[in-house]
Amino acid sequence: MTSTDILRTSAASQAAALAAGEISSAELTAAHLDRIDAVDGDLHAFLHVSRDEALTTARDVDTRRAAGEELHPLAGVPVAVKDVVVTEGIPTTAASKILEGWVPPYDATLVEKLRAAGLPILGKTNMDEFAMGSSTENSAFGLTRNPWDRERIPGGSGGGSAAAVGAFEAPLAIGTDTGGSIRQPASVTGTVGVKPTYGSVSRYGLIAMASSLDQAGPVTRTVADAALLHELIAGHDARDSTSLTDPVGAYAAAAGRKDVKGLRIGVIEQLEGEAFAPEVSARFTESLSLLEQAGAEIVRVSCPNFGYALGAYYLIMPSEASSNLAKFDGMRFGLRVVPEESPTAESVMKATRGQGFGDEVKRRILLGTYALSAGYYDAYYGSAQKVRTLVQRDFASAFEKVDVLASPTAPTVAFRLGEKVDDPLAMYANDIATIPANLAGVPGISLPSGLAEDGLPAGIQFLAPARGDERLYQVGGALEALLEDSWGGPLLDRAPDLAGGADR
Amino acid sequence: MPSIGRDDVARLADLARIQLTDEEVDRLSGEFDAIMDAVASVSEVATADVPATSHPIPMTNVYREDVVTDTLTQEQALAAAPQAEDGRFAVPQILGEE
Repeated sequence: MTSTDILRTSAASQAAALAAGEISSAELTAAHLDRIDAVDGDLHAFLHVSRDEALTTARDVDTRRAAGEELHPLAGVPVAVKDVVVTEGIPTTAASKILEGWVPPYDATLVEKLRAAGLPILGKTNMDEFAMGSSTENSAFGLTRNPWDRERIPGGSGGGSAAAVGAFEAPLAIGTDTGGSIRQPASVTGTVGVKPTYGSVSRYGLIAMASSLDQAGPVTRTVADAALLHELIAGHDARDSTSLTDPVGAYAAAAGRKDVKGLRIGVIEQLEGEAFAPEVSARFTESLSLLEQAGAEIVRVSCPNFGYALGAYYLIMPSEASSNLAKFDGMRFGLRVVPEESPTAESVMKATRGQGFGDEVKRRILLGTYALSAGYYDAYYGSAQKVRTLVQRDFASAFEKVDVLASPTAPTVAFRLGEKVDDPLAMYANDIATIPANLAGVPGISLPSGLAEDGLPAGIQFLAPARGDERLYQVGGALEALLEDSWGGPLLDRAPDLAGGADR
Repeated sequence: MPSIGRDDVARLADLARIQLTDEEVDRLSGEFDAIMDAVASVSEVATADVPATSHPIPMTNVYREDVVTDTLTQEQALAAAPQAEDGRFAVPQILGEE
């Protein structure tokens, strides 16, 4: 197997090749860096490539392996990290001008885990500024293109991580999901993304957008790879007071079970119909049929309050963001803009934030400031928190009847770059199916369901009760195998070849 | 809910310490009503008998041992400061000229 062929294999296969001595981590990492050099000038999935550091880690792993040291199963398999996750010694910007050039003095807990396990970090992936967006067009450093069609969005906010994995620039990536930022990019790029149960992965070192909604998770090409990466980054962390103390589940084993006999799958009535494009819906229905033929039971369930989830989300998220982003004030790190006429601390803060934040960030901070302001608090933020309770109750009652819930991940295939960039409400509507999970803290997975409108990928989402992440890997692994049998291989085999680079 | 105009946006920006250009104030005030109308539906179902949820997984009083752990060195903490002096963050004057 040449180093080019191995790029297209799963992280698990790459790990096996490393363990068998068929390839070294230095070779594997260099092959990915070469791939990035070849295609990323055009795609722009990466904001920063940490070539030297990745190769140093790779050579270190090779040395330890040669010395017979017992290594983590993913040791030597490279990973890309969303730029909202802080990395000691590697620039971290959250795709914002206000953090341009910032080199964090510490690692996020999940990055510590990646480093301790010996995964070379290829670099930092592009995203909507502070993870605010559904298209990666809000990055202050330029957009990311979809590997399937370079005039289309790669999803957001984690479009960079999804595009990197989908374009074989990285076998594994880290994303964060506040309202769908792992799952929706997975859906529109034909890749796999998991938002774990809230608290499964430590938030320490994530640049917070909405603390009660944010959750980091795996971005991969296969369900089994997502399970392996999730097992690696999960676990209790005393530095995150919302971190779950539960033991990490057996996700990889669940992904490998490939058995759905007797599994009850609930189709959410509120997440189907006209809001979803016809072919996206058709791929969803076909996926359910495959599962039914394999012994699953398909049940219809109603979650009547999901219709209010989008509104609740776009009150809670900006409210929390307006508070979290107060730390970017030009005093201790990041950009400082000093106006000549009045260089007081207050005017420096205003000038710094005025120049350092992009349009969507300003929009959300102001929305949040409004929603929290005296006189409107009860009507907006208070009501949104009650809707959160109602959404949780909908989930609780649905999960009395079924083991997992299902819906299309996103209403459409990837839309065109620029299509919704001037219409915030149209952009927000992309998150209709993904947001309820964040409000309730339950886990969700998106995996490819096939090609839909314009020959572009669509995704199917499964949701499980809080702490029921194993169920997602079980049903996801089973459906992936059924679909790949029907397709004759992975969906990404049908993506256009990017080897020609920019001249395509 | 009342309409949100230019003055309101300017006041919110002032509260949030964000300098906006006139063009930004115009654009944001043009969008605000539509966004708030779209989200205001939450009040339809948020009746008095429904308790609020602030956090998805209920937890109370999460403690850890009160022991000293690794912290940043002064040098690390100041490394990214826009301005530092004598081992401290240097900030602009807090009060304006009176």
